[in-house]
Amino acid sequence: MTDASFDTSANNNTHPGEAQFGDYFALLKPRVMSLVVFTALVGLIAAPVSVHPFIAFCAVLFIAVGGGASGALNMWWDADIDAVMKRTTSRPIPSGKVEPREAMALGLALSGFAVIMLGLASNWIAAGLLAFTIFFYAVIYTMWLKRWTPQNIVIGGAAGAFPPMIGWAVATGGVSVESVLMFMLIFMWTPPHFWALALFMKSDYKEAGVPMLTVTHGRKVTRAHILVYTILLAPLAIGTGLTSIGGPIYMTTAVVLNAMFLWGAVKIWRRPEEAAEADKYRVEKSFFGLSLLYLFLHFGAILAEAALRPYGLGGW
Amino acid sequence: MGFENVEHELHKRRSSRNIGVGLTLVAFIAIVFGLTMVKITSGGLEATISNATQGEG
Repeated sequence: MTDASFDTSANNNTHPGEAQFGDYFALLKPRVMSLVVFTALVGLIAAPVSVHPFIAFCAVLFIAVGGGASGALNMWWDADIDAVMKRTTSRPIPSGKVEPREAMALGLALSGFAVIMLGLASNWIAAGLLAFTIFFYAVIYTMWLKRWTPQNIVIGGAAGAFPPMIGWAVATGGVSVESVLMFMLIFMWTPPHFWALALFMKSDYKEAGVPMLTVTHGRKVTRAHILVYTILLAPLAIGTGLTSIGGPIYMTTAVVLNAMFLWGAVKIWRRPEEAAEADKYRVEKSFFGLSLLYLFLHFGAILAEAALRPYGLGGW
Repeated sequence: MGFENVEHELHKRRSSRNIGVGLTLVAFIAIVFGLTMVKITSGGLEATISNATQGEG
């Protein structure tokens, strides 16, 4: 999950330090919520059971609110880190607009609200998965792993991988191979995506005491890690195409994108740091851009297969 | 004798927050109403009541 910042410049005419509605909304990390909405929706639509459109809308909304609530809890716990790092100093808590305890209260209240409402709107399996996702992101990742291990991104990536599984559970009331594969796709994609960003974003993780792989093990090791995770990701992504959510559109997309992604990872692995610095991390930036397209197109292809299925075109 | 409706500076300062909270509450009411209507009309509620009554008998 990438962190989001939110432009609160619209509130400049207000009292300094006075929190506006937008500041509370910014606590929910709107950019992360947009990814949650998209992947949850794909999981829900790709499922073999149809859901009433209004129930589907509400379910995705509650999943997004749950994701946002975990973002608020993350901002509450990480307020000390956010105040040190340049990229995050303008967030509502370090900028002094929102009190840390307000963020905690909002996070806890919205967590309970989202889980209960999702359970009432759909089923308690989906609600239980959402509750676990919030717990995983807020407690396992934010409070425990983030400051402890350079593998924080790997395990923490699971939190961002749950939404399609929750969407699937909303429709089917359970978990299946397909939903686990959608989870694995995001889970294995997160490390190369994030570490590519860490290579070219000269961030101040060291000052903040966050053990990012680039800081603890160096850039050469990070480059090797990107390649390993990309190699592991490829068979998972292509294998998903052989299940009931796959089809010719997905398979073509997966084969082309994974070949491109693998080639990009090999180029990153072979590059010495001096060459990267000389061309201002051109390859790393292009790999990061490709990673965004990679996830969007894989889930877009699953969505296309599901949308075409009623017309006898999608799927195998 | 009457009450003068003096607008406090605080009201103006917090107007965006209050409007936001108000609209969120209205949206929540609309969602709960919509969910109730869908649950009733799609027969989910009838099945639950029917199962409960059969259990009593």
